[in-house]
This record gives sequence, structure tokens and C-alpha cells, in this order.
Amino acid sequence: MQQIINFVIRNKTFLLFLLLFSIALALTIQSHSYHRSKFINSANALSGGVYGTVNSIDKYLDLEKENKVLAEENKRLREQLLNNSNASRTAGIDTIFSEKKYRITIAEIFKNSYSRTNNYLTINKGAKDSIKQDFGVITSKGIIGIIDNTSDNYATVLSILNKKSRINAKLKSSDHKGSLTWNGNSPYITQLEDISTFAPVKVGDTIETGGESAIFPKGIGIGTIESFETDISGDTYTLQVKLFNDMTNIRTIYIIEHLDKNEIINLESSLDE
Amino acid sequence: MNSITLSNSIRFILLLLVQVIICNNIDFLGFINPYIYILFIFLFPIRENRMVLLFTSFLLGILIDIFSDSGGVHAAAAVSLAYIRPVLLKSSFGMLYEHQSVKFRNTELGSLITYLILGTLSHHLILFSLEIFNISRILLILKKTLFSSIFTIILSLIIIILFSRNKK
Repeated sequence: MQQIINFVIRNKTFLLFLLLFSIALALTIQSHSYHRSKFINSANALSGGVYGTVNSIDKYLDLEKENKVLAEENKRLREQLLNNSNASRTAGIDTIFSEKKYRITIAEIFKNSYSRTNNYLTINKGAKDSIKQDFGVITSKGIIGIIDNTSDNYATVLSILNKKSRINAKLKSSDHKGSLTWNGNSPYITQLEDISTFAPVKVGDTIETGGESAIFPKGIGIGTIESFETDISGDTYTLQVKLFNDMTNIRTIYIIEHLDKNEIINLESSLDE
Repeated sequence: MNSITLSNSIRFILLLLVQVIICNNIDFLGFINPYIYILFIFLFPIRENRMVLLFTSFLLGILIDIFSDSGGVHAAAAVSLAYIRPVLLKSSFGMLYEHQSVKFRNTELGSLITYLILGTLSHHLILFSLEIFNISRILLILKKTLFSSIFTIILSLIIIILFSRNKK
């Protein structure tokens, strides 16, 4: 017994190092699985508050650019409205019974990240604004990612520039579907895997969300095809997709909640049993 | 609270804020970021208890992790650097360290640079190996380690020379 105590006292520095290092290693390994630790993420009052203060100073420098983006989006929406006016005249008269499938929340990005292999964003809306895990996040141009963790006032977003991200996507010209992944190299280019070689793939074609998962609605833009190559198996293409969004330069985002999501998930899980 | 504890606490908070607000957003050439918070571990007083150093390094690392959503990679790398610090001190300062009389204010610049280079390289290697966590991408790990280390070393040297060395 005496010897054990002596051993512990003699090697206390090494033992402490071992303890702290294994805690850190455990947290690291946990962070490489899809849904991460509840504790080590930037959706908390401390880091959210610091990022919020910095952001409130920083955003004045971007006002002009933000205005331009908003004006452009307004113009596009107005065009859609005018060209569609007859079809949608009846909608909106009785809003209680209208078939609203998506709820949209506006949020601001507090922390952006795109240079690592697993990137997360921090935004200024959280559980108090009914933001929950697995809501989709987009901008006026295209998709950004999926909500990962939330706290009361903040949330983190699993960016599409993350090795864990897999998003259902399809070609706009046909309905061939695949999964959107990222190889960790360039923040402007993502990869679309598992597109059948029967698909009519052309450089410059548009890629959009497939709408198979209950996260994103169908038809939200992602990017255009930069180049493509056949996989080793010879049956599928891997496409290099140039994103519509400049992921290094975004500020205002929209969070999409699919209101029928629980219904879809329940239906699908009842099939598995 | 004596002046050593006070100055180290201030350094801790300042380096943490500078790291998460400025240095994490530099992204020079798309992927190169300096990690200057390790200056805290480099400049920690030599005569203080090593257990305290290990604890504070862990705390600093985990705070950086919380701010940058990186799991526990910074904590692991910072604790390792704190643990191997005596070896680095011995190999770069030699006799001075054995007599317990190293003062960062007035050591030779050459030994100081050796100390910074060795420490930064080992810290960044552990950091990026854990962050990328994939042995088949060893080239990416080495590339990131090399370029970020150069950036960190230059910045650390500038900061040390500006703020803490005696003017002669």
C-alpha cells in the first residue's frame, strides 16, 4: 500500500497529464461522430456572448453589401410574385387553413469557419426561437448546412463544408439523385457522389436539393457542375460542384423548419419494424 | 494575489480573446491560421508548480475548443506541450535551465527561437493529427503543420520582442 501511494506521489505529474490527455482525447473522438458532445460547442452563453459583441461591431462594415444582396433577392421574389399572380390569388385569404409546410426563421451568423476539415457555424437564434436539431439552413442563393446543437439563444450549424455532412441532392435537368459530401480541400467546391452513369451530366448544369430527407424542401439551389469523372466501379459519377454560395462570405441566413417532419419520420420508422 | 499570478491570468484571458476573435479568422491562403495562445504555455514561470501549468493549459485548450467547435483537439495538444516543456527547455537552454535561472526577458535570442520552434512544431503536429484524424491524409497534416507553425513562430517572436524583452 505504502508503495502504491509512493508511486502515485512520485509520478503525480505524469498521471495528471495522462488523465487530462485522455479526457481531451475522448472529447476529440466523440466529436468525430455525427452528433457531438453537448458541452464542447460554441452554442453557449459565454462564447455566444463574445461572438455577439464582436459581430455587432463588425456588421456595420458590411451593411452596403448586405443591402445589395437583399435588394437583389427582393427583385427576384417580386418577379416570381408578378409572374405567378393569378395562381396564388386565392392563397392567403384564409391563412389558418392554408397548407403551410415550411416555417422560416431569419438568423445572423456570429462565427463562420471554412478552413478546417470539420466546419461549424454559430448563429444567433436558439431554442427560444424554436430552433431544433436537424433544421435546414440556407441563404438566398443556396444551402449552408444543418442545425447541430442548440442552447437557449444560440445554435451551431453543421456546415456542408464538413466531412460528416451528407445531403441528398439531384440534377436539376433530370431526377438522378446522389449525396453531397466534401473532401476537405476547397471551400468553393463540394462533391456529389453516386450519380448513375445513365444521367445526362453536362458541365455547367445546376445541382439542387433532392427533397428526399425531411430537412430541405425540394429544389433549393446548391451549385453548378465544374467537372465530373467515373468512379472506379464504372457505374457512378462523382461530380465536382461549384457552390452558388461563397461560404467564406455569408452573414444573413434562413432556417427552414419542415412542419410535417415528425409525420414523415414516424411513417418511415413504422416501415422499419 | 501576487503579481505573477495576476500577470499570468491577464495573459491567459488576452491570448484567449485574441486567438478566438482575430487569429481564428485570418485563414491566410485559405487554411493557414496562427495559434498564438500557446505563448501562455511557453512563457509560464519556470519555478511554478508543473501541476498548475498542466491544469491551466488544459483549461485554455478546452476554452479554445468551445469557441472553435473542435471537440478536444486544442486541449490535447496544449496539455502535451505543457508536459514536454521541461524537455524543450533543457534542450534549448541547456545549463541555464539546470540552474533554474532562465529568464525569458534576457536570454539569448537564438535559444529562445529554438525553444519556440521545437514547441510550436510538436504542438501543431499533435493538433492537426487529431483534427484531421486520418492517417491516409498525412501529407495534409504535414502541410498544415509546417505552414501554420511558420506563421505562429513569427507572430510569437514579434509579440515576445514587442512586449516582454528588456530594451537595451
